[in-house]
Amino acid sequence: MATSIHSAARKTWQTLGAIKTGVVLLILVVIISAAGTVILQRPATDADEMQRAYSPQVLRLLDGVGLTDVFHAWWFVTLLVLVSLSIIAASIQRFPNSWRYYARPYKSPDEAFRKALATQAVIPISDEETGLSVAERVFHKAGFSPERIVRENSFSLFGERNRFSEMSVYIVHASLLLIFLGGIVDALYGWRAFVTLTRGQQSSQVQTQNGSKRNLGFAIRCDGAGQENYTDGTPKRWWSDLAIVENGQTVVSKQIVVNDPLVYQGIRFYQASYGKTGKIDKLVLTATARDGNAPKDITIGLDETLPLDSDTTVRLAEFIPDYVLRDGQIYARSGDLENPAAHLVVESRSSGKAVNVWLPPIPGFEENASSPYTFEGKDVQMAYFTGLEVSHEPGQWSVWAGVLVMGFGLAVVFYFVHVRVWAVPVRDARGKLTLWIGGTANKNKDVFEQRFRKLIEQIESEMKVSSKAGADAPVIALAGR
Amino acid sequence: MARIARAEQHPAATGTTLVVMVGLGVTFLLFMAFLNVVKSGNLLNDSNLLYAALIFYSGAATLYLGFGVTGIPSYVRFASLATWAGLIANTGAVAHRWYEAGHPPFASIYEMLLSFVWTLAVLTLIAEKKFGVKVIGTVTMPVAIVGVVLMQLLRTEVHPLVPALQSTWLHVHVTLAMLAYAACALSFALAMMFLIQDKMKTETFLAATSLFGIGTYLGVLTRFEKWGGLSVIAWNPEEKSEMFLAKGVRLFVVIPDLGWLMLLVLAAVAAPLVLYVIWRKTGNENFIDIANCAVFVSILLQVLALVFFLLRARDGRYGSLDADGLFSTSLPASPFILSGLVGGIFVSLLYLLLLWRREDLERMLPSAEELDRITYKTIAIAFPLLTLMIAAGAYWANRTWGSYWSWDPKETWAAITWLVYAGYLHMRVTRGWRGRRAAYFAILGFAVVMFTFFGVTYLLPGMHAYA
Repeated sequence: MATSIHSAARKTWQTLGAIKTGVVLLILVVIISAAGTVILQRPATDADEMQRAYSPQVLRLLDGVGLTDVFHAWWFVTLLVLVSLSIIAASIQRFPNSWRYYARPYKSPDEAFRKALATQAVIPISDEETGLSVAERVFHKAGFSPERIVRENSFSLFGERNRFSEMSVYIVHASLLLIFLGGIVDALYGWRAFVTLTRGQQSSQVQTQNGSKRNLGFAIRCDGAGQENYTDGTPKRWWSDLAIVENGQTVVSKQIVVNDPLVYQGIRFYQASYGKTGKIDKLVLTATARDGNAPKDITIGLDETLPLDSDTTVRLAEFIPDYVLRDGQIYARSGDLENPAAHLVVESRSSGKAVNVWLPPIPGFEENASSPYTFEGKDVQMAYFTGLEVSHEPGQWSVWAGVLVMGFGLAVVFYFVHVRVWAVPVRDARGKLTLWIGGTANKNKDVFEQRFRKLIEQIESEMKVSSKAGADAPVIALAGR
Repeated sequence: MARIARAEQHPAATGTTLVVMVGLGVTFLLFMAFLNVVKSGNLLNDSNLLYAALIFYSGAATLYLGFGVTGIPSYVRFASLATWAGLIANTGAVAHRWYEAGHPPFASIYEMLLSFVWTLAVLTLIAEKKFGVKVIGTVTMPVAIVGVVLMQLLRTEVHPLVPALQSTWLHVHVTLAMLAYAACALSFALAMMFLIQDKMKTETFLAATSLFGIGTYLGVLTRFEKWGGLSVIAWNPEEKSEMFLAKGVRLFVVIPDLGWLMLLVLAAVAAPLVLYVIWRKTGNENFIDIANCAVFVSILLQVLALVFFLLRARDGRYGSLDADGLFSTSLPASPFILSGLVGGIFVSLLYLLLLWRREDLERMLPSAEELDRITYKTIAIAFPLLTLMIAAGAYWANRTWGSYWSWDPKETWAAITWLVYAGYLHMRVTRGWRGRRAAYFAILGFAVVMFTFFGVTYLLPGMHAYA
């Protein structure tokens, strides 16, 4: 029983690491994510549009299977986890071999290896020492840092470059896992939310995507927000002056724009939207007293009471940005500043008498004539809200680390070639002393081949120089298959 | 052997003819363009420069094709020269656009095409000079021409950058994307050439050509309406944009009778495939001969369909099924139909080239192993670029949208592209996939790239609305 469980586990493990499993899983990921881009997705598309696009039965089916929110469906997440497991299994299963290859390089080639090697050449030499030292010099110049390998009855030369590139695949796979890890952490512990603020407003709660409230543990305050336009009227810049308030004290303040968020305690605030609230922020008025005092400018907000003189106060009771008069009633038509009306209440403290002043004077409502002051509107500033996207992604550092490692890994995978060269003095069939030189590269073999030929030429020409005294040894064979 | 002898006997006469004709044509067009410029009094703007580039690229394409057909080496020299001239004009157009807009030309689909065509021309010259793939221009230059023609239809006004695009990451992200996509395009062209050199049967190419045509025209015919009409998107000439019935619901107008023509074309492009299948079953060579004739007929019909489409969709006013009254439409409203038609004709022409001049082509191309290796190398360049492009996009998205990954269709398809090429690399390294299967993978990869670039922009909703 125990052994069968053991063997089943082993089998699962083997299957998980097989390249076939990996390919099947990847194909599934591709198909499902492609489907996810074609079928309308839930949080991004609003419910009305979903109902318009699909018939009720189809929609029920899609919802039931999870196809309307593919990328967050449990089975898609499971699939991604399986992909990660498959990468891990494949890497672990292949690692020992690679490590052996990496840790114990093959330094003195035996006869069978020499025969089978694709790129090799044979140069006649007069004695072993001269041959090897010439080859050593040339290898050294080419950057192979050669070492002499001494065995009981022979010695030879081994040189290599970029051995670490053999391990680069594991670097890339590890980086992929780092990215996945970050994604999983964010899926579990990350959240996204939204908050809208007007100037001067502060909030310590944000609304998450599923509609619930989340406490930040500190408050965010908006000290101002605005939009700048290009000359053609299209928006150029949205900005918000934000401040973080903790225990009643402003800790951080920053102006954020699109592309440049505010980060505090791992929580990021992004400029997401900007618009009119349809409410007034400030109304600038000129108040002129009937008794002939100099007119003065006042700036007043909604429901704000300001003194005009020692006895009289004024309050902005109502502001309608776009009013219409119908059947003797005042209605607001829209939130746009089209046809504004302001309702002021002028009150005398001593007499307790309140007068309704309307700008413009709306018959049936206004008592402008009995007010001790006349008013003239100078400027209206509407209130704007700034919409802030709030996100907390604790896993993103793992993702960025993964991206950096992957960049490094891919550079090594593609552009660092592990090259090995060997030089062994051997006697050929006729008993003549020759230097066997072989080389191999783990990729870009065609480029290496050319390089190898150059190396051989160099060795040959240097050999001639060093054995000038002796008879010029002709090249017997130069085989680069 | 006989063929080689023939090619060596004739070059002088026919060789000069084409060069002189192309030269005269280019001169004539430049002269006409010059007259136009003198009249408008504005010599250097990007549309003039782009027009010059179009003329030179067309000259280059003709000469590359001429080289493909005749194998006369001097053609390729002149073709390279024309490509260089086109590239210079193209560079001027890019520079002018950059200067005028005040930002690198990456912000709209028009600007991206501008950069893409430029990169493609550069890579063509590199492939030709460095790797010796001389006929690569036969494939890449027509692609460049289609790009430039599409650009003439797209809206070209310079828009100031919307806030989300005001980032250094825009430039990093898009530069990487263009480089990666151009490298993918090159690997696709190389893979096709590999298949030719790898002695893939001409009949298989026939079937593939036919399949491509069927796919294209089936796509077009999804807009087939009752009574043989074809619906295309209504176009508002004042706002230069598609018309919408409601938010996200486009208004279609029906061009009468065009549907029947497209149906006829579909039958014509499908005929070779049917005949191919019969040939496979019966082994009767006659069917292949008929199929080749059918390709010729289908080209004529496709040209006819293109002309009709151009004439009728250019500025017509037609009725709609969803709303009362007549609405206008315009070519820019249907870039897909247009590129489908042009693509279909182009692919069929390439097939004819292969059919008639295969031996010459084979003689001119590097060996199959060489092509296989270069294909791999271009992908080895494209893949890290793709990776960096996605990473830069993710980093930028994190600063703008608040998340490094939102499963936006463009993002998802970029990831799919990455996975396909990752699959290619794994199969090559662990399974030793060489040659044909690798070439199929490279072709599939490029198809996915094209879908990510164009298809996602036009077909799928998402946040990558700018391009």
